[in-house]
Amino acid sequence: MTTTVETTPTPRVTDQKVLVQVDDLKIHFPIRSGIFKTVKGTVKAVDGVSFDVRRGETLGLVGESGCGKSTIGRAMIRLREPTAGTVAFDGVDLGSLSSDALRKMRRRMQIIFQDPYGSLDPRMTVGSTVSEPIETHGLAAGQAKRDRVAELLTLVGLDPAYVNRYPHEFSGGQRQRIGVARALAVEPEFIVCDEPISALDVSIQAQVLNLLTDLRSRLGLTYLFVAHDLSVVKHISDRVAVMYLGKVVEIGPPDQLYAAPGHPYTRALLSAVPVPDPTAERKRKRVILQGDVPSPVNPPPGCRFHTRCWLYERLGQPEECRTVDPPLVAISGEHQAACHFAEESVKSDVGVAHMEERSIRHGTPTKALESLAGDAARGNGNQGDPLQTPGGAMEALAASLGAHLPSPGAPVADLGAPGSSAGVPGPDPEAPNVDPQPPAPGTRPS
Amino acid sequence: MTMQQEPVSTEDVPTVIDLSPDEARREHQEQMARQEAERKDGALLQVRGLSTHFNTPDGVVQAVDDVSFEVGFGETLGLVGESGCGKSVTALSIARLVPDPPGRIVAGEIMFDGIDVLKLDSDEMRKLRGKEIGFIFQDPLTSLNPTLTIGYQIAESIREHMGLSQKAASDRVVDLLGKVGIPRARDRLDDYPFQFSGGMRQRVMIAIALSCDPKLILADEPTTALDVTIQAQILELIQTLSEEFHTAVLLITHDLGIAAGMCDRVNVMYAGEIVETGTVDELFANPQMPYAWGLLDSLPRIDDVRGERLRTIEGLPPLLINPADACRFSPRCAYARDICREQGAQLTSRGSEAHLARCWATEPEGWIS
Repeated sequence: MTTTVETTPTPRVTDQKVLVQVDDLKIHFPIRSGIFKTVKGTVKAVDGVSFDVRRGETLGLVGESGCGKSTIGRAMIRLREPTAGTVAFDGVDLGSLSSDALRKMRRRMQIIFQDPYGSLDPRMTVGSTVSEPIETHGLAAGQAKRDRVAELLTLVGLDPAYVNRYPHEFSGGQRQRIGVARALAVEPEFIVCDEPISALDVSIQAQVLNLLTDLRSRLGLTYLFVAHDLSVVKHISDRVAVMYLGKVVEIGPPDQLYAAPGHPYTRALLSAVPVPDPTAERKRKRVILQGDVPSPVNPPPGCRFHTRCWLYERLGQPEECRTVDPPLVAISGEHQAACHFAEESVKSDVGVAHMEERSIRHGTPTKALESLAGDAARGNGNQGDPLQTPGGAMEALAASLGAHLPSPGAPVADLGAPGSSAGVPGPDPEAPNVDPQPPAPGTRPS
Repeated sequence: MTMQQEPVSTEDVPTVIDLSPDEARREHQEQMARQEAERKDGALLQVRGLSTHFNTPDGVVQAVDDVSFEVGFGETLGLVGESGCGKSVTALSIARLVPDPPGRIVAGEIMFDGIDVLKLDSDEMRKLRGKEIGFIFQDPLTSLNPTLTIGYQIAESIREHMGLSQKAASDRVVDLLGKVGIPRARDRLDDYPFQFSGGMRQRVMIAIALSCDPKLILADEPTTALDVTIQAQILELIQTLSEEFHTAVLLITHDLGIAAGMCDRVNVMYAGEIVETGTVDELFANPQMPYAWGLLDSLPRIDDVRGERLRTIEGLPPLLINPADACRFSPRCAYARDICREQGAQLTSRGSEAHLARCWATEPEGWIS
């Protein structure tokens, strides 16, 4: 169920070998107040979480703000010390490593941050940002290093000619590409993507998402993909873990988890995601959760979700939910949920009634794709993919065309901006935003 | 740039010629006639040829360029587009809240319920804002005053616009807070914004927006800062309350899913222009503009088949300094031909009167039609 249209240079291997193992991880933050900063309580940001990430796989971690997903992401590459529990990378407990050994290990694991503005040093050129990890790990020097930086920039779809430019000269999407290049500089095996596209516009999100999937298949990367957007997570992940208030409440392959969620919270989340289809929006069954997420300082006893749970109400408030914290148990195969009444949830149609999987998206109409295909046949010839299904071949053709369309000379984009180098040939699909206009937000004066 | 609108004119209201002695029945008929007239004239808000420009050191940015649309009584109109497309500036222009300088409304006409908004002086404008037009902004933390209690902030516009006594105003505040779903409202009047969660603050904003029974609510990305389950709560609240009070909503959002679920009609904006407009069903089932196709295609959807590569819109939106007379989307458009780069297209009809698109390719005699 992976790629039907995607043209993958090497097929993706998701072998069953565990790359990162998280075991009963707890991360608590003390709350201090008063003059003496005495500890008044603890925020249980992550409270007993265990899961594996397998080599070559993308594990999606979803949940609402404050559920602990980013904290886990950071703890997995030891940017955050756990309060209890272990994270083992390729069989080595990261907690047992000396700082020197940890630094060596960091070469194998990297992170891409959410904020493309805050995560790049405004005073460092693109070249020095990308080459810094190469120097830190002593991977290359001199011309070899410069070649490597150029190679990395090309890999993420930026023109290597931009190597001496500063972050403020780039758009948000381009900055996120720089962040990706920096993460790839040390040839890591594992990358934590911490909400990498949340700060970007819709059309730019898709560009970065495609880049991440391309790199994954080309370089055989393993991702932990942290996000709040269930549609994005479904798109990119091989397995999905749903978090609520510091715990994983459900984990499994997306096809099962999204079609028959075993946890009422997952159902509520799914029912809350807006679908860009008015007909589906009208007929869907929503559960609107009441109230806010409870405080992680003082989580509810028993099942943490029971205070907002629609199933708990529907079943007449069973006592179990208030007293016993449900463990993750298997529903079928790899699909696990932490709910006393998981079978009831699986049977329900709440939240997913509107979902009928479609293979044809109703964005670009078929006639437009045909016109594109016609142009391609006259211009570039066929792309080698024999017409198996009309829709599929169209899609493939259009997708590959989309990727290779020459960035048009941008007659509008560079108007009024004589210094603009819009239309620079090269792999960069985005017209470079080298003008001081619009003033790039988030740039600090240097 | 015409959007086939009829000017609001009170003379058009059909007079009821009914000599029945039954007062009640007559009144009812009058009311029906008024409603009929409203439906016929349709528009609570008419924006015609609106252009808002910003002076910057690099030149004049034409943030909104010749935008025309209307919002009917009780209707929810979506304004959809990516950052910088001019959707927020359009809303700010309607409320005359564009910071001047650097911004300026350079052309156009805004008729709100028969009033020419751009001709009002600042006192008259203040009476309109808050009373007739309510606002819900994206960030409920910065749009509330942190040093004033919730009760005071909601009562402020009630006292200002409705002239109620302190007691009556306070009762109305409690009533409003109850309507927007804040439990134990009377106990929370003296709380400050920091004591509320993000979703609760947005409920307070909605209470303020509704406080004087406005005819129109301008909602600028009202749920963008919220989690998805809280977003669902707030959207449902806006929907039920706008139906209950028959309030029109101008909903600005970048999220096509929200537009699909909330709106009656949708305007898609790109680079300061409306590029497509239609009823929500027409627009989502049969979009007629490559930018709209690209937006719909580039969204990963929860009901998608997994593994399909997303079709993206390559490139970036243009700078809006001295845009050429060309289709502004043509540099990013896979279907563009010479005419697109030489001449800007007009908003023209696609099948139905309400469905308009600005695209040479999908014109009846275009190459994709």
